[in-house]
Amino acid sequence: MKNISNLKEFACTPDRFQGGHRLCPGCAHGMIVREVVNATEDDLVISTATGCLEVCSAIYPYTSWDVSWLHIGFENAAAGISGAEAMYKALSRKNRLYNEDRNVKFVAFGGDGGTYDIGFQSLSGATERGHDFLYVCLDNEGYMNTGGQRSSSTPIGAHTTTSPRGRVSYGEKNRKKDLTMIMAAHGCPYVATAVPGSKHWKDLAAKAAKAISTAGPTFINALSPCTTEWKFKPEDTVEIADLAVETCMFPLYEIEDGHKLTITYRPKQKLPVEEYLSRQGRFSHLFKPENSWVLEEIQKEVDRYWEYLLRREEAGV
Amino acid sequence: MAEKYQLKSKEVWDGNTAASHALRQAQVDVVAAYPITPSTPIVQNYASFLANGYVDGEFVMVESEHSAMSACVGAAAAGGRVATATSSQGYALMVEVLYQASGMRLPIVMTVVNRALASPLNIHGDHGDLYLGRDAGWIHLIANNPQEAYDMTLCAFRIAEDERVRLPVTTNQDGFLVSHTAQVVEPLDDDTAYKFIGDYKPLNPMLDIKNPQTYGAQTEEEWHFEFKATQHKALMESPAVIDEVFAAFEKLTGRKYNRVESYKLDDAEIALVVMGSAYETSMVAVDKAREEGIKVGLIMPRSFRPFPYNEIAEKLKNIKAIAALDRSCPMGAMGALYNEVAGALAANGESAIMTNYIYGLGGRDTTIEHILEVIKETNENAKAGKRVTDLQGFINLRGPKLSFN
Ligand SMILES: Cc1ncc(C[n+]2csc(CCOP(=O)(O)OP(=O)(O)O)c2C)c(N)n1
Ligand code: SF4
Ligand SMILES: [Mg+2]
Repeated sequence: MKNISNLKEFACTPDRFQGGHRLCPGCAHGMIVREVVNATEDDLVISTATGCLEVCSAIYPYTSWDVSWLHIGFENAAAGISGAEAMYKALSRKNRLYNEDRNVKFVAFGGDGGTYDIGFQSLSGATERGHDFLYVCLDNEGYMNTGGQRSSSTPIGAHTTTSPRGRVSYGEKNRKKDLTMIMAAHGCPYVATAVPGSKHWKDLAAKAAKAISTAGPTFINALSPCTTEWKFKPEDTVEIADLAVETCMFPLYEIEDGHKLTITYRPKQKLPVEEYLSRQGRFSHLFKPENSWVLEEIQKEVDRYWEYLLRREEAGV
Repeated sequence: MAEKYQLKSKEVWDGNTAASHALRQAQVDVVAAYPITPSTPIVQNYASFLANGYVDGEFVMVESEHSAMSACVGAAAAGGRVATATSSQGYALMVEVLYQASGMRLPIVMTVVNRALASPLNIHGDHGDLYLGRDAGWIHLIANNPQEAYDMTLCAFRIAEDERVRLPVTTNQDGFLVSHTAQVVEPLDDDTAYKFIGDYKPLNPMLDIKNPQTYGAQTEEEWHFEFKATQHKALMESPAVIDEVFAAFEKLTGRKYNRVESYKLDDAEIALVVMGSAYETSMVAVDKAREEGIKVGLIMPRSFRPFPYNEIAEKLKNIKAIAALDRSCPMGAMGALYNEVAGALAANGESAIMTNYIYGLGGRDTTIEHILEVIKETNENAKAGKRVTDLQGFINLRGPKLSFN
């Protein structure tokens, strides 16, 4: 793990993910990626699923990636990285590595669409097979690259272009799939949630470093506030991420060996969900009187889930 | 180091066994595969080679063919020898990634055991899968028997990995008729086979982390066309390398392969175009027809892609009537072989009376008698100097006649 003590130092570390990419100003994807790829001294081979990160970071003849990078398709970032990792193992065994002296680690990035939905099978397979890689889901709760359609990560009540609010609709009707727990259920040695930003950047960096140095398949679900589709000001990205944590809409925790759960940040005082929801245009309709019941439901579910995490941690099973 | 496998100078192998031994002898670094009838034994044999120390690469038993080809892409981009096997629905599930593999110019070898595509579900041989991958940017080589399945697979690695080519290659053999039919095969010993293929030659490997590589970048209007045209040109120019590899193989084994195979064409007045195991059935039918005085010959593109236009036109230039036999249902057109051969002739200022036959779908038998009938119909066209038979007919189809005119 790199020893970086403050944000200023972090901002000056040699970058494996260069600026000049075409992510929207204020996009959290770039922040998360930069933290992950700079969390280790090891060399990296990266695969990325089709999505905002991919289309914005390697537009021929340019690339933001100063490490080996592969993009195949939308649903196969995990399968692709598993093949690269298998090649690394094969060449090590056959004494044919290109750089004998270097230690190579494998990381895949996918959006929530490429991870929760279309790429889920590929991720589940690569995880079950035990490849040594970290998979990071950049969870912006929708298909943003294609204009903000719903995914199975979209939370109840969110307006998206395929679950729009309307005269008789309050937006998304289904609850957000609990992918982090599903990944833990694979028995992964390490699974965690994380957010980008100034308050929790060390938490993310530490989790990324731990995941990369852990042998076997590891998974980080990183909430990635999307200024364009969540409808908030680009300069508010970090604040939105922090509010997700303070309201417990997106709690920070890690799970080791598929079961040992640790909450890595406990809000001093859990804020009401409205503090988070009211800051984003995608939830604005929930503040109409006829939708107040949706807000209540969301709060109830958040409380229930937080309680579940607390008890699970306490039980230590 | 992998153990050597002691092979006899003559083995009795079916096509699957033959292909598996070729993969073993190539000492592939990563095989990522998923089982499907009739290519399953290739995957099983490979697992058993691994379990017994005859291969020492990685064998990634993925959860689908989509992931099989995706892992092959990741492995090949990482920088080493990669192969897989599939059939039919598995091939169909791979299609998206077939294009991605060839677009990244990755020299993956895939041994395909050809089988029908559902629906209705059918596990038997036809060329539906091969035709589905026609435009995917792969070189497609055809093997008509187990010996050829072995030989083509060895050649495939050398062609794919040549720095002038760097394209993925499939070797195709008919489901069951070749894959599950044991015949005498003369293999090379392990060292000779490996030496023929040669060591893997890295080109832009991702694992050379001192020289980071970007694979699968985004290109829009400014660059996509240039990439695809360059890729196409590499395919169109690959015949020079294919010919070289076939020549080297002949020197080593005495077995001569050509991008266009033909039989008794020299004095022929009519010809059949046919690919796969039916080519061998047709050889017998040609001999019989010749006993009856019909001057008929046979032709087959051994490389279905790149399609050998000029060579085919040259060989067919004095032929009066041609029947193209396609083992896939074209669904609203003439079969691919019909179209390619007609195009090849037209491009060279030649013409012949051409008919199309669809045969063998879902493993339907095509016998010597059936082929004889096709030869006779084609001969009628030649004698009449115009087409007097159906434009497109079905061989050995039951029920009402469904031919098209
Ligand atoms: C097989 C396939 N289906 C659909 C698409 C179209 N597509 C490209 S990116 C994308 C959405 C990406 O969403 P997500 O994975 O959440 O990433 P984000 O852009 O939100 O970061 C879609 C639907 C595709 N490229 N491939
Ligand atoms: S649409 Fe959202 S996720 Fe995509 S680049 Fe813009 S801010 Fe980032
Ligand atoms: Mg998304």
